[in-house]
This record gives sequence, C-alpha cells and structure tokens, in this order.
Amino acid sequence: MAQCAYFPHTDADVQAMLDKVGVKSLDDLYGDVPKEFLKRGAYALPDALSEQEIRDYFHELEQMNASLKVFVGAGAYDHYTPAVIPYITQRSEFLTAYTPYQCEISQGTLRYIFEYQSMLCALTGLDICNASMYDGPTAAAEAMKMAIACTKKKTRVLLSRALLPHVIKVVETYAKFHGVELGYLPAGDGQTSLEALQAEVRKGDVAGAIVPSVNRYGIVEDHAGFADALHAQKALLVEYCDPSTLAVVRTPAEWDADIAVGEAQSLGLPLCYGGPYVGFMTVKKDYMRKMPGRIVGQTVDKEGRRVFVLTLQAREQHIKREKATSNICSNESLMALWVTVYLSLMGPEGLKEVNRISADGAHYLKAQLLATGQFEDVFPDKPFLKEFVLKPKKFPGLLQKKLEEAGFFAALDTEEGYVSFCVTEKRTKEETDQLVKIVKEG
Amino acid sequence: MSKILAGLKYSESHEWVKVEGNVAVVGVSDFAQKEMGDITYVDMPEVDDEVTAGEEFGALESVKASSDLISPVSGTVVAVNEELEDAPEKVNEDAFENWIIKVEMSDPSELDKLLDAEAYKALIGE
Repeated sequence: MAQCAYFPHTDADVQAMLDKVGVKSLDDLYGDVPKEFLKRGAYALPDALSEQEIRDYFHELEQMNASLKVFVGAGAYDHYTPAVIPYITQRSEFLTAYTPYQCEISQGTLRYIFEYQSMLCALTGLDICNASMYDGPTAAAEAMKMAIACTKKKTRVLLSRALLPHVIKVVETYAKFHGVELGYLPAGDGQTSLEALQAEVRKGDVAGAIVPSVNRYGIVEDHAGFADALHAQKALLVEYCDPSTLAVVRTPAEWDADIAVGEAQSLGLPLCYGGPYVGFMTVKKDYMRKMPGRIVGQTVDKEGRRVFVLTLQAREQHIKREKATSNICSNESLMALWVTVYLSLMGPEGLKEVNRISADGAHYLKAQLLATGQFEDVFPDKPFLKEFVLKPKKFPGLLQKKLEEAGFFAALDTEEGYVSFCVTEKRTKEETDQLVKIVKEG
Repeated sequence: MSKILAGLKYSESHEWVKVEGNVAVVGVSDFAQKEMGDITYVDMPEVDDEVTAGEEFGALESVKASSDLISPVSGTVVAVNEELEDAPEKVNEDAFENWIIKVEMSDPSELDKLLDAEAYKALIGE
C-alpha cells in the first residue's frame, strides 16, 4: 500500500487489522461500492504552495471583494459591532470553546450560556431558552418539529408567506424528510392573513403556525387573534423574530406565542459573507420537555455556591435516541457569546436606540425615494422599522446593478418584483442622500 | 430484593396491571423504578387517548435516562395519575401504590399473555 506521512500505521499494523476483520486487502473494504464510483489513479491536484505563495494567493482573492454600503436586510442586518465584542470573544478561553460535553467542569462556558438564555428570555418574554441553535431558518424548522411533537396526532404546520424566503425553503426541506405536511398562509396585503389562519385551523389537523413578527417586507405584523385561533384547536403559535426589534415591537409573549425562534445575527454579529450566524429558541414552560438542544440551569453545589449545569438532558438525543424530537446535541456557542456581550453592552435602552436610529433612517430614505417619482408604495398603511419594499416603475433588475457600481448594496430584487431597502444605525444621512441622488439620475 | 405483589399481572417491559372489572390499572414495577434511579418526570397520555398492547404510551425520565412506558393492554385511557405531574418521585417511593394510567380494556383476553407474580419474579432473576 502507498505510505502517507499522516497515517501512523505500518504495513504490519494494517495487515493485522485486515486479518482480524477477515478481508484480504484494503480494497475489499470498499467491495460494496459499485466499481464506477471508485476513484482510480492520481488526483489532479495542483502542486503544493509555500506559505508565502498561499498568503499572496488569498490576498489576491481578498482584493476582489467589494466593500459596499449595505442598504439591504432580508434577514441579515448590518448593525454596528462594538469593538469590545471581538476583544472579549477572541480571548483564547472563549475562542476555542465548543458546546460543553464535559459540562460541569466548564463553569465559565455554562455561565455565559446561562446569561445568554436569560437575556433572550427577557427579550421574547417567554420562560425557557436553549443554549442556541445553528441559525434562524433551522431554528424555525426545529419549531415545526416541536409543534408536531407537542400536539399529538396532528400532522400539519402552517407557514406564513410573509416569512423570509430562505426560512420557508429550509423549513420545507425539513418537512419533506420528517413527513410533515405544510400549509401556507397568504399575506397579500403585506401582513399574514388572520382569516386564512382561522380557516386552516378549523380543519382540525394543524399542529402550529409559524408567522413573522417583522416580515419579509419589513412590516411589523399585527398578530391579534392568532393565538386564540390556534389555541382553540390546541395548536401552537410560533413567532419568527428579528430579536433586535423585540426591544420596540410587541414580544412573542405579548402575542401569547408558545415558541419564539429567529436569527440572532442582528445582535452584534457582523455580516461576514453569510456567517457564522446564530439561531435562538425560547418556549413557554409547558413545552420545555419537547425543546431541542441543550439547556443550562442554575443550582448550588454541596457547599452552597451558585453553579451551572446542563439540565433536562433526558430530552436529548444521546439519551432518548430515535425518540428525541431533534438531533441537535450542540449549540452555536461562540456566536451566542457574541450576542451575550452585545446585549450586556447595549442594555434595553441601547437596543431601543439602535431601533430608533435605524427606523428614522429607513423612513427618511423611503420618503426620499418616493419623492423621486420612480416608485410606487406597495403597503402605504403598514408600520415598518428599518426595512421596506417599493415597486419600481421600470426595470427593477437594473437599479440594483447600477447602485452596486456606485458602491451600494441596495434595492434588492424580490420574488414579487419589488425592491427591498434597509437602513441601520450605521448608515449616515450623507450616504442616504448620495444613494437617492444616483436613483434620481435614473 | 424488589417488591412483587401477588395477584397482579406483569409485562416483560416491567409494567404491572391490576384488574378492576373491565378497567386495567397500570403502573411500573418496583424493579423498574430501582433500575431507573431518581425519577424526575412521568410523560403520560391524556384521558380518552387510545393505547395499544405492546406499544408505547408514555415515558419515565430520570436525571440522565429516559425509558418508554409500554402498554400491557389495549383500550381507552379513562384516568391518568395527575399527582405524578408535580411529584414524579412518588413512583420511587412506592411503585405499586402510585399507578400511572387506568385503561378501559377493549380486549381483556390480552391479560392472558401477561406474566403472573411468580413468572415475573423469575424474569427479573430475584
């Protein structure tokens, strides 16, 4: 056999193992793989590069990145990341951290996860938070599975059409492979339809509905009557939230939601070409035993000192095996720490201010864009914060490209033929005016 | 030495059945509670739920284990022991006194397939 510097086994070791399992050669181990799928001969790999050549190569790639002024949200928001966050999270004790497996010895890690959970509970108003999820869309998919697990004998979960497109796609993928039937709630006037929800729920097979707190059009939804309609048939209300906005909009608890999920990137994580991000999930206490993932709890040790433990582990897959409602046995620990440091720094007032400045900027931009006469307002009477959509009177695809050439990421084309804008506290009035000027020049 | 009550029926998955007319009172054996350790939660069905002999109707959870409860008989749940919701440790205190569900049997002949006290004693090897 070919020797490789990274394989520690000698030919004699390999032969001893082959003898033990009763096969003649290493190739025999691949006997079940059809011949046409077996790679024969050498791989067509380029020659190895020196360290300096590698650095130069990646530097060249880096130069190709365009640094644009971000005027788009669509689920990932360009909020400011205070410098103290990377300073703290890049301490080696934290940076190398993973979800705690030898858990009780990792008191520092458990402590910050406990603080993270407490902060998300405070933001959403719900009782119990897990140690975090991979991202918003998979958290929504887990909420779908949880709704099925919490409501025996019900098979269908409703999705609002006003959820972000990538959230719908991920939930659909999970549904397909878990045998969950999905129904859809229209949002023709920019807000998930209560009438459609009531009609679907009356059919009796609905386990829950996932609806956006602030939706794909940036509209702050009114969920009055949603929980009543669902609870009357013992179905669950799941709110999909941008947690940054929960400082100023009605919380999932105020809508009497049973589960809240969402993407917590907006809490201090940079955009960073798509990740890593972090999902969150909080639930009412009634459903804690069906909650996926890890939960850190607080107790006292034998000397009466405050300590932290992983709790309710009997729900988890390593114990419940195939009966577990989820296979997540991990969390997005480092990103949850970013969220924890961010929220500690901002506090409730700081988070409100982020929303206020962002909303002021977005309302200003919308007014300026409408004044150019090149757009129609799509949902003029609906409330919004930092994000909104407009209908361009001509050539939507061209606008995004034109703005990109001028250094802006803005006017994102949507499936509906709208263009989407977002303004965070990072955008200045000068930048906004410059963007509008380019639009005006048409 | 685990307690085994004479006059009850037992399943191989360690549930006991006490027959009261057409109703089967179901719990877990003393042996089962000892094996589980400190029980922290009893996951129970709801009244009017259907249960099937040989199939799961709930679960026992201890601090670091979870074990399915298997129904020894088929029928409709007519009562669940709500005391266990807030005090699951009662199963540890007395597994026979603290029943879990009562089932209106749809096929009492299923009782014949269960073990008597002697056979159950032999099963657990005590």
